[in-house]
Amino acid sequence: MDTSSMSFKCKQFLMFAGITTVTFVAVVILPFIYGLYLTFTSWDGVSRQKPFVGFANYVSTFADAAYWQALGRTFIYSIIAVVLVNVVAFILAFLVTSGVKGQNFFRAGFFIPNLIGGIVLGYIWKFVFNRAFVAIGESLSIGALSTSWLATTNGAMLCLIIVSVWQYAGYMMLIYVAGFMSVSADVLEAARIDGCTNMQSIIHISVPLMVSSFVQCLFLTITRCFMVYDVNLSLTNGEPFNSSVMAAMHVYNQAFTYKNYGTGQAEALILFIVCAVVGVLQVYIGKKAEVSA
Amino acid sequence: MDDLNERAARNRKIRHAVSIVILIVLFICFIFPFILVLVNVFKTKADITSDPLALVGAHGFTLQNFPEAMKKMDFWRSFGNSAFITILSTILTILLASMAAYVIVRNKWKACGALFGMMIASMVIPFQVLMIPLVSLYGGVFGILNHRATLIFMHVGFSVSMATFMFHGAIHTNVPIALEEAGTIDGCSRWQIYWKIVFPLLKPTIATVAIIDAMAFWNDYLLPSLVLARKELYTIPIATQVFYGTYSTDIGLVMAALLLAMLPILILYMFLQRYIVEGVTSGAVK
Repeated sequence: MDTSSMSFKCKQFLMFAGITTVTFVAVVILPFIYGLYLTFTSWDGVSRQKPFVGFANYVSTFADAAYWQALGRTFIYSIIAVVLVNVVAFILAFLVTSGVKGQNFFRAGFFIPNLIGGIVLGYIWKFVFNRAFVAIGESLSIGALSTSWLATTNGAMLCLIIVSVWQYAGYMMLIYVAGFMSVSADVLEAARIDGCTNMQSIIHISVPLMVSSFVQCLFLTITRCFMVYDVNLSLTNGEPFNSSVMAAMHVYNQAFTYKNYGTGQAEALILFIVCAVVGVLQVYIGKKAEVSA
Repeated sequence: MDDLNERAARNRKIRHAVSIVILIVLFICFIFPFILVLVNVFKTKADITSDPLALVGAHGFTLQNFPEAMKKMDFWRSFGNSAFITILSTILTILLASMAAYVIVRNKWKACGALFGMMIASMVIPFQVLMIPLVSLYGGVFGILNHRATLIFMHVGFSVSMATFMFHGAIHTNVPIALEEAGTIDGCSRWQIYWKIVFPLLKPTIATVAIIDAMAFWNDYLLPSLVLARKELYTIPIATQVFYGTYSTDIGLVMAALLLAMLPILILYMFLQRYIVEGVTSGAVK
């Protein structure tokens, strides 16, 4: 059998990767390219024609104040949520690797929110914020709790951040746990003999050796927070008065509610570029800070 | 010296106790929302409204919420849809991705490099960038939305690049080429070598991919909500929405629906907890 002939290669490739290639191209590559084309057309989602409009969609994107507001809001939300998720996750990881009894039980417990979809999580917390917190506030007469946080502009943002921290902390904790485990016991032992306190050895030894865990967690949390949709939909649905509409929800509404597919796609593309730039920048800076043991 | 050691030991004990207390407090905060659902699901609507924190409502313990919620969200049908879509998508992803990874690892053909490069690059594209063209293409141009098969096809298409990437790493490091050469000498074709030698060696990665993808498919909301608009095709995450569409939300039914939506995966987690935690970690670290 001639294994270097073109027909053999073709047959082998198609046999093993043919369906994969077709599926992948049809679902990811084709829509991506078609999406670029859509940004130059105006389509209402119903008619057969997609009139070519040049850069009109990009012009209307730049003029769409609600979009930039949503993007700014997403920035603020992401920065706060990303920092808090990682702080909480790091503390959790430290606590569940410190050798306490039942640490596996705690790890498993903190991970539970990640098992459940954002839609369901959002509805659960909606109940917690609207009913349980209010009931606690009333029975203990705490003024700040006696009305639902979801009803106020800043409150709704705060709720979104709380839910995101709760949702992602357990997942990021697992990555930090892997990071803590990878720090060799010898180095920590040497530090202890040299008179390092626990705190010092965390800050000066564990953290620098765990930079790759930080890079990874930050990348995951940044991309997820930027693209938040499910929790946004079920928890606040953009309420009150569209003050908690995040960028992804704005894109969704632009296309599927207001039927401006072209503008929606242009806005989605810009959102993606912003998110990718931030994510890549973060990885680039993080990689530079990495040290080898 | 003894005194110092004693103090160190005492310090360690105190730190230990503090750690445990903090962990328990955090743990309670983490599961508080779930506990709240569990408590309220057995109360009547009036009892939940009057006091959501009471362990037992004034009207006592009731199971009334479950049958009504199940009827309203058409639970068994949604559960069936979710299960069918999740299982089939996961199996297809594993088979297709591992086969593609095999041909990519073992050959330096241009087509392999191109496919793999595109897959790696595409992993940064979020779904939100593809959803609008996806709907216009498959809804507007081809008109094949509202089929479970279309959703499965899309699930596979979106997850196959990540899965191929993971299988690529596994074949590269865990499958010795000498074994395959031995197979060739014994007269196996490439196809036979793949199924008899390579695929069985990929079990740990298959488990990881299965866990990550099955959880993602089961919980996915945005893609199914765009593809499946007919009520009899709804998956569980979409079905939980029916309770919020109307003006008056029956909070008792909502509690039951949320619990029902969580229960299958929580039960699975009780048995497969170690594998799920390990799988997710190894999937994330890659």
